[in-house]
Amino acid sequence: MGFLEHKFNDNIIVGQVDKLIGWARSNSPWYFQFGLACCAIEMMSAAAARYDFDRFGAMPRSSPRQADVMIVAGTVTMKMGLRVRKLWEQMADPKYVISMGSCATAGGPYWQHGYHVLKGVDLVVPVDVYVPGCPPRPEALLEGLMKLQEKIKKQKTLVKIDE
Amino acid sequence: MPDIRTEEMVINMGPQHPSTHGVLRLKLRTDGEIVTHIDPVLGYLHRCFEKHAENLEYPQVVPFVDRCDYLASMNNDHGYAMAVEKFLGIELPERVEYIRVIFAELQRIASHLVALGTFGLDVGAFTPFLYCFREREMILDLFEMTCGARLLYNYIWVGGLSHDIPEGFVEKAYEFLDHFEPKIKEYNDLLSYNKIFIERTADVGTLPADVAISYGATGPVLRASGVDWDLRRDEPYSIYDRFDWDVVVGNDDVGSVGDCWNRYYVRVAEMEESAKIVRQALDQLPVDGDVKEAIPRKIRPDKGDLYFRSENPRGELGFYLVSDGSPKPMRVKMRSPALANLGVIDEIGSGWLIADVVAILGSLDIVLGEIDR
Amino acid sequence: MTSQEIYDILVSQFGDSILEFSDEPLAEYIIVDSKDWYPIAQFLHDDERLVFDSLMNLSGVDFGKKADQMEVVYNLFSMSHRHKINIKIQGPREDFVVPSVESVWRMADWFERETFDMYGIIFEGHRNLKRLLLPDDWEGFPLKKDYEVQEYYHGIRVPKVKPKKLN
Repeated sequence: MGFLEHKFNDNIIVGQVDKLIGWARSNSPWYFQFGLACCAIEMMSAAAARYDFDRFGAMPRSSPRQADVMIVAGTVTMKMGLRVRKLWEQMADPKYVISMGSCATAGGPYWQHGYHVLKGVDLVVPVDVYVPGCPPRPEALLEGLMKLQEKIKKQKTLVKIDE
Repeated sequence: MPDIRTEEMVINMGPQHPSTHGVLRLKLRTDGEIVTHIDPVLGYLHRCFEKHAENLEYPQVVPFVDRCDYLASMNNDHGYAMAVEKFLGIELPERVEYIRVIFAELQRIASHLVALGTFGLDVGAFTPFLYCFREREMILDLFEMTCGARLLYNYIWVGGLSHDIPEGFVEKAYEFLDHFEPKIKEYNDLLSYNKIFIERTADVGTLPADVAISYGATGPVLRASGVDWDLRRDEPYSIYDRFDWDVVVGNDDVGSVGDCWNRYYVRVAEMEESAKIVRQALDQLPVDGDVKEAIPRKIRPDKGDLYFRSENPRGELGFYLVSDGSPKPMRVKMRSPALANLGVIDEIGSGWLIADVVAILGSLDIVLGEIDR
Repeated sequence: MTSQEIYDILVSQFGDSILEFSDEPLAEYIIVDSKDWYPIAQFLHDDERLVFDSLMNLSGVDFGKKADQMEVVYNLFSMSHRHKINIKIQGPREDFVVPSVESVWRMADWFERETFDMYGIIFEGHRNLKRLLLPDDWEGFPLKKDYEVQEYYHGIRVPKVKPKKLN
């Protein structure tokens, strides 16, 4: 800080570009409303007036091309798993996936005799945050989103990463 | 003008769509903007409920029944529990019956609030969605006070209930009813008599009464087409014959009988009637009685089969049970009202614009968890 | 009208096709031969004394390998006369063919497709008998008692239906 001190007015901030990008990205995670089953109702409740999702900067988008985060809410079946993969591929980088509920994490209550149920959405797309519960309370989903925000803040975009 | 060769286009209103209320795929064959044929493709949420039910004992099936129609879990539990109780021939204490009716009707109000909110969202109005969910949160507070869960309760067991209602429940329920009844007027001002909403939904997608009966459509869809039929009054189960309320049928004040506006309006009026039933049940609630005394130790019905039906917010929910004398059912078939209601979409959706198909689908109020089971 | 009277009307019209009748509690049904089912269905729908205009439910039942029998059950109701009847059609576990009644009650369209999807029962005369809930290239009929799942579906491993013993 030596030779920069007291040279400029007090409205100049110095920092890393990575941290600036991380701060900007984590405070506007536009989510792709991919509600499949019961967890979708809790996602809608989280977006409604009492547990406000909008104060985190998260807006619902219906098209994958405009979204950053895909919240997989509900049971993924074999028939739907192929489409989940297609939609994930249509999202632009950087993209993240939150797996909401126990059905998307590991098959949920249908794990034992469900011949058509995919045991976990991480068999088709890579997942960043798992939110357990059946269904998880809206506050649990908000905590999942906050953990994702921490993960986004720590991501390095410009610094060279050793392979 | 020279002869232009035109062709029909096939548009996919795919499984992921903001207006299809779940994972439903509609293959639309359109001639320009007008839809000529609709072909629904189902099964994107087929979770093998009937296979699970054959491998579990009778009381263990209740959480799975919950998750089929996740917007009306109490009514699903109620229907299944009553079907098995009829099979076994159990008598229930009065307090259990009254509490069940209170919760079933509160759940009916909550389910209709979601239906109205999302229908407004489909047609383009965002504010009613937030208002409806505000009232719904108050109902979910009442449920959470009693059984701990907000959406999927596992509360109404075969032969009784899982928890008794806590202290302070009755006062809070009266507070909610006093707050809720003036709100119906607010919804009517916001949406029902709004000129844009009327132009969007009146005279759109008219369903004649005989077509509705042939397709098996029940519930508000059937009542909006002018048929005066409600299972709670015409084939009374539980203690519904002790309450005084009206059955709402479609009218032609705004639009015609059987159109989208009537299907929407029947739901708004039904919420008012359900609030009346809850108030009467709270007034008549007996103060003592054990909610768990009639729960049987081991459920092992005799050989035979039974079909029992009850009134869900979406229509007639039926359970067909076949027993072979063992503690696990041999067959549980859930006759889902939304599957029969969705069958009419080709009849009433053809010939309208694509935007009208969205309004018609929203007015049928389907839940995919119940259709695909 | 009671079930006994309905049975008498049907026997007077169709004679040998009506196979069995039972009136016990928890076991009220009329068993009908499958080859005459379509004219019987039309008669039940159109006759003024009966007027069964509402098909409440249609389901298939599999009784297992030992009993070696499957069944299709129709629960009928009349909105004007308010009486009910259950009709059953019995058949073998393989190659079970039943005439389709989807032109009499339009609700039977999707319910028959679902029964075909789950049990493999063929409904003759149906305009579009395809699978309803499972994908079109799925193998097997899941609700039969001896169903074995396929190994892989499009590269995804299908979970086994028979549960492992948990110690």
